[in-house]
Amino acid sequence: MSTAHTDAHGGEHNPHLAHHFDTMEQQAGAAKLGMWLFLATEILMFSGLFLAYFVIRMFYPEMVLGAHEHLNKFAGGLNTVVLLVSSWTMAMAVRSAQVGKPNNQADIAKIKAFLAMTFACGGIFMVVKYFEYSAKFAHGMLPGKFYTAHLHGYDIPGLPHIFFGIYFVMTGLHGVHVLVGMALMVWIYLRAVRGDFSRQNYAGVENLGLYWHIVDLVWIFLFPLLYLVK
Amino acid sequence: MSQQPAHHDNNHGEEPNFYRAKRGIMSWLFTVDHKRLGVMYLASVLLFFLVAGILAIFLRTELLTPAADYVSASTYNQLFTLHGAIMVFLFIIPATPGALGNIFLPLMLGAKDVAFPRLNLLSFWVYSVAAVMLLCTLLLGGLDTGWTFYTPYSTSTGTAAGLAALGVFVAGFSSILTGLNFVVTVHRMRAPGQTWDRLPLFVWAIYATAVIQILATPVLAITVLLVFIERFLGIGIFDPAMGGDPVLFQHFFWFYSHPAVYIMILPGFGIISEMITVHSRKHIFGYKAIALSSVAIAVISFVVWGHHLFVSGQSEVAGIVFSFLTFAVAVPTAIKVFSWVATLYGGSIVYNTPMWYALMFLWTFTIGGLTGVYLAVIAVDVHLHDTYFVVAHFHYVMMGGLVVAFIGGLFHWWPKITGRFYNEALGKLSALLVFIGFNVTFGTQFFLGHQGMPRRYFAYLPEYEAMHRISTYGSWILAAGLFCALFGLLAAFSKNAKKAGNNPWNAMSLEWQTQSPPIEHNFHETPHVTGSPYDFPEIDKSGGVHH
Repeated sequence: MSTAHTDAHGGEHNPHLAHHFDTMEQQAGAAKLGMWLFLATEILMFSGLFLAYFVIRMFYPEMVLGAHEHLNKFAGGLNTVVLLVSSWTMAMAVRSAQVGKPNNQADIAKIKAFLAMTFACGGIFMVVKYFEYSAKFAHGMLPGKFYTAHLHGYDIPGLPHIFFGIYFVMTGLHGVHVLVGMALMVWIYLRAVRGDFSRQNYAGVENLGLYWHIVDLVWIFLFPLLYLVK
Repeated sequence: MSQQPAHHDNNHGEEPNFYRAKRGIMSWLFTVDHKRLGVMYLASVLLFFLVAGILAIFLRTELLTPAADYVSASTYNQLFTLHGAIMVFLFIIPATPGALGNIFLPLMLGAKDVAFPRLNLLSFWVYSVAAVMLLCTLLLGGLDTGWTFYTPYSTSTGTAAGLAALGVFVAGFSSILTGLNFVVTVHRMRAPGQTWDRLPLFVWAIYATAVIQILATPVLAITVLLVFIERFLGIGIFDPAMGGDPVLFQHFFWFYSHPAVYIMILPGFGIISEMITVHSRKHIFGYKAIALSSVAIAVISFVVWGHHLFVSGQSEVAGIVFSFLTFAVAVPTAIKVFSWVATLYGGSIVYNTPMWYALMFLWTFTIGGLTGVYLAVIAVDVHLHDTYFVVAHFHYVMMGGLVVAFIGGLFHWWPKITGRFYNEALGKLSALLVFIGFNVTFGTQFFLGHQGMPRRYFAYLPEYEAMHRISTYGSWILAAGLFCALFGLLAAFSKNAKKAGNNPWNAMSLEWQTQSPPIEHNFHETPHVTGSPYDFPEIDKSGGVHH
């Protein structure tokens, strides 16, 4: 911090530097620390749901085993692969920004392409999720008091409505995070088009990347816990 | 010693302060200036303090006699629920970080603003939305669950508990965003030379608070979200009738809400540290001990939640462990109280209004803290659980702790916020009335609770009448004292109020080294820090005998 005191308006001035920061390093450092703290809150929020899941599983181990058989392992596995690929494309988008020269159209095109690929993966994930949810709705495998699978000829022992309750809350909240991530991707994409990002200023892409990786990571835990219990 | 270069004192006298820098209502509603946001927070939290305080006076007045007098049982339930919910979520939690923290944290760090000014604006608006949601419950059937939203009642009551749960969820977001902003600000925005051991203790306290806000609030968010989902989808996670577990809700809720108690009180510790050292003209005793004990309290606060569940069917072993862990909180807390008293010892104490409030805090907060240790003993808690003893205990901590510190802090920093002095006579009168009224109101309730008066009853057995009467009279004195404080502060806006100047207390921390009220960008030039904020110029550092 000791060298941070320079006149922000004199000398070389980066147009992306906000008035209350002294240097780009200080600004990028603040942005990244802020995102890491935000990710900590995300992990704690999901950890509440994971705890609820474990309590239910501890109370009713047989029921959880029986109910999880009705989740589509293929769809879950496919979505896992899709998200892992998207993590790679996201990481490449960040890398492209980190090494990109300012105002270089070829470098900007690379950032844009990788962002678009990540966005597409998010879209595939949501489409697969849509078909999974539709199948559950059709068979009455719904949360809590809306559970009617027994009327559709499914005989799951115990209290499966609680399992489907936690299933829909966990995957639903995760799905909302995927949608938010996709919306942020559109915003970062538009900023990339404007030429905001290069090796001098890439905190925005990097923070989006951090967020996207945590969304992936939550799924990496959700998938085995919900789909592969046995 | 930290100061600005002397030759800048006169050159910039003409620059307008942050109130006058921009004009128009929009320049307030969409400001990103941390000082303006702080002032808006201050106005909001004081408004909600007034609203919830009026509800409390209704409660006390109903309790004047054993019979049901003025309100019905269900109205009484709604009164104490709203009193608690508004006080906790709209006043105490945002009060010190939102108002004093926003105004003074960047100033104390020598920064131009917080790290994320737009996020700060968002945080204020999110808080406003939460306030509207909580107040709307009044129009949509009220709220009668108590501020704790215990299941299964909260998932089945016909009142607007769903909207209230969402309101708390939204308020939590505001709290998280503020905490995140402050942690990053403290890490990245300190002035050159301001090392961690040169931070004012208020900054340390706000920092520790912000860490708890970040780590605890998400759990509350998911908890109230689950209550909301449970009400509308009946997923059954907390509902015993469907195979769920209501005790799980209590674990979740207190995993947030016990650390939240320290979100409420830790900033108060910071205010007290500043007031005691500045107004006794003495270097703080045990700087590192006070600073690190804030962090220690933040850490321990996460492992004590089970003491709220001693009678909820928790295992005995868990109860004993939580009991011992709760005792541990007393250690860092006592370190603070001892350090403050040691700071006063041999100091040149100035008996002004901030110092009166600081001394009051030492008395009331210590009683609140010690009765907490009392309640942490399982055998005692089983007897006192859900009685007025608990009510008295947490009011001694919340009101006798944070509110007293907060009002004292307002008097202490009022010259900086408004540029003028408050009315000293009214200030001292308010301190006296608050002290008497508070102790009469809540001191009595320790005895009430000890004799078995349960909390949350609107009518009671005649043998409790005398003490309930005393408590109610006390609450009226307390209210009079709080209005005196308000008028004492408002006196700064009268025409003949004395101008404060830049540094009326001759303090050394950076917020006093700029104009009163500060200019829009806080400092004309980034200050350089070269020493502790508590090295007052008149302190004899030769190590010799005191003169």
